[in-house]
Amino acid sequence: MADETAPPAPPPFVGPLDDKDRIFTNVYGFQDWGVDAAMKRGDWDNTKALLEIGQDEIINRIKASGLRGRGGAGFPTGMKWSFMPKESKDGRPSFLVINADESEPGSCKDREIIRHDPHKLIEGALVAGFAMRARAAYIYIRGEFIYEAKVLFEAVEQAYAKGFIGKNACGSGYDFDVFVHRGAGAYICGEETAQIESLEGKKGQPRLKPPFPAGAGLYGCPTTVNNVESIAVAPTILRRSPEWFAGIGRPGNLGTKLFQISGHVNKPCVVEEAMGIPFRELIERHCGGIRGGWDNLLAVIPGGSSVPLVPAKEIMDAPMDFDGLKALGSGLGTAAVIVMDKSTDIVRAISRLSYFYKHESCGQCTPCREGTGWMWRVMERLRTGDADQSEIDMLQQVTKQVEGHTICALGDAAAWPIQGLIRHFRPEIERRINENKGSAPVMEAAE
Amino acid sequence: MADAVHIPDEAETRARWGAFEWTAENAAQADKIIARYPAGRQQSAVMPLLDLAQRQVGAETQTNGWLPVPVMEYIGRQLDMPYMRVYEVATFYTMYNLAPVGRYHVQVCGTTPCMLRGSDDVFSACKNKGLVKGGTTPDGLFTLTEVECLGACANAPMVQINDDNFEDLTYDSMSAILDDLATGKQPKIGPQIDRQTSCPEGGPTSLTAMVEENHDYRGQWGTTTI
Repeated sequence: MADETAPPAPPPFVGPLDDKDRIFTNVYGFQDWGVDAAMKRGDWDNTKALLEIGQDEIINRIKASGLRGRGGAGFPTGMKWSFMPKESKDGRPSFLVINADESEPGSCKDREIIRHDPHKLIEGALVAGFAMRARAAYIYIRGEFIYEAKVLFEAVEQAYAKGFIGKNACGSGYDFDVFVHRGAGAYICGEETAQIESLEGKKGQPRLKPPFPAGAGLYGCPTTVNNVESIAVAPTILRRSPEWFAGIGRPGNLGTKLFQISGHVNKPCVVEEAMGIPFRELIERHCGGIRGGWDNLLAVIPGGSSVPLVPAKEIMDAPMDFDGLKALGSGLGTAAVIVMDKSTDIVRAISRLSYFYKHESCGQCTPCREGTGWMWRVMERLRTGDADQSEIDMLQQVTKQVEGHTICALGDAAAWPIQGLIRHFRPEIERRINENKGSAPVMEAAE
Repeated sequence: MADAVHIPDEAETRARWGAFEWTAENAAQADKIIARYPAGRQQSAVMPLLDLAQRQVGAETQTNGWLPVPVMEYIGRQLDMPYMRVYEVATFYTMYNLAPVGRYHVQVCGTTPCMLRGSDDVFSACKNKGLVKGGTTPDGLFTLTEVECLGACANAPMVQINDDNFEDLTYDSMSAILDDLATGKQPKIGPQIDRQTSCPEGGPTSLTAMVEENHDYRGQWGTTTI
């Protein structure tokens, strides 16, 4: 029976976020990243008390906060942690691997966390590693982040020197090590099993699942791979309460998020905002608007290069969260927002992404190894219009043959941007083909 | 592979690099790296050691370094892994140079976010200074490579030259950077416009209290768990 006296639920809070509710307060690096400055901002503040919450209760609270993984897939973080074994039956240790191999075109948030707020990540590594009963954390940072890795190595040493990690971390009686491992330039190592292979000193080629990493991951031991942002927000969630975090955003899409806006806005930037903030508000408030005004907006890739683009009129007032963008046939991904105005050669923009996936295919599965190169070559012909109308459908069909037929999601990621282009900009591709036909001399069949 | 760089003759490479050994400093660093991984899992150290070796080769040749085959064999012996496993790793990851490069390795990002913000102009600036994609200038100063997304998209377009990022580039600022390097000057690292890292140009739209002081927001949090 409905209770008629109950007040209606307040509308979800979708920004703008107050400064006091931002987790990454030094995101622009105006202040020192070192341990003493970080402690003044609130990091490593009685971390022992956080650990005393208890392993299962930490996981419960992360579940209650509604935190979904910030690396792109949006899998509930607390649930992921709960898959780890509670005790080792055969003596194998457990590991936490932190994915800092940020390589998705458009994404540049982990870089800001690592170079300006590294202690949030290291404290998060301890809290998360403790909760999942891990022996150590390996932070896999992409090789090209040379300065960022230098900061991280130093920050880890600072944390050891203060007794925050290592033997008896923070006086908790728990031993926990944090190691930094540098990659060397391979997008695919952002895939969790490829990252594990790479950490073991091999080519970064994804593994078949099962076995899942929580059963047999790094060195055959139970392993959880988490994104930098997912780990770095954990201590603040525990300090401020899961209810605080869950009070931001729309149901199922809770908390704060680092958005990275690039492309044709007046002021590209990285900014932490409430999940679900409308696209228009995000751009107006933090990016100085669209270059040339809102009428000049053509399309947006809202979640990094792997998600399909969304045309201007659909995205303008859309909520920027997992479900809001899924409803538009796209996704939030890593919240890397690539904005394109009407000066953009949209076919070239997507073709360049096809080249990216061709370059980054690890070569293990045939549909991806062969398909990414084939798709790029056809995209280049569509760019100039040197193609036949029927090839648009053929390309669409081939993307469907790559999608879902590979070990990892790189094949899908290569297919989706092209599918998005065909779905929304088919008339533009057809126009190029027609114009090219019109200008070319008509070839007559030899008698 | 037609556009791949020419890998030097093997006999010549062996004569030059057959006796490669760590410097005392790098030998200590190598031991420190191997200690990060569990006993028996020293193969995990292959990537950092290849990077260390490339840097040592770079220091010895006054370039950005590369990985001659005898150097890879040396690392394989140290880590007790077959040479072919080392070679697989060296060829899989793009940051390992399989052929010599110049004093400065100019790696221009050409992926879509940088392309939208004008990486074509950055390439033009390189071209007009005589840099050719995939090649080294005759004076041995610059090697130009088009690379894929380097993760600084809010500061696009950008280039990584050796260990340094140069961001928010234009044709003019890229030309100036190349001029500076050619004349032995150190150009300013980071954004080339008046901007703090990835903060919006002209000043932050959030966290303004952080600009002047290391502000602690905890006083405004209200109730907390602990």
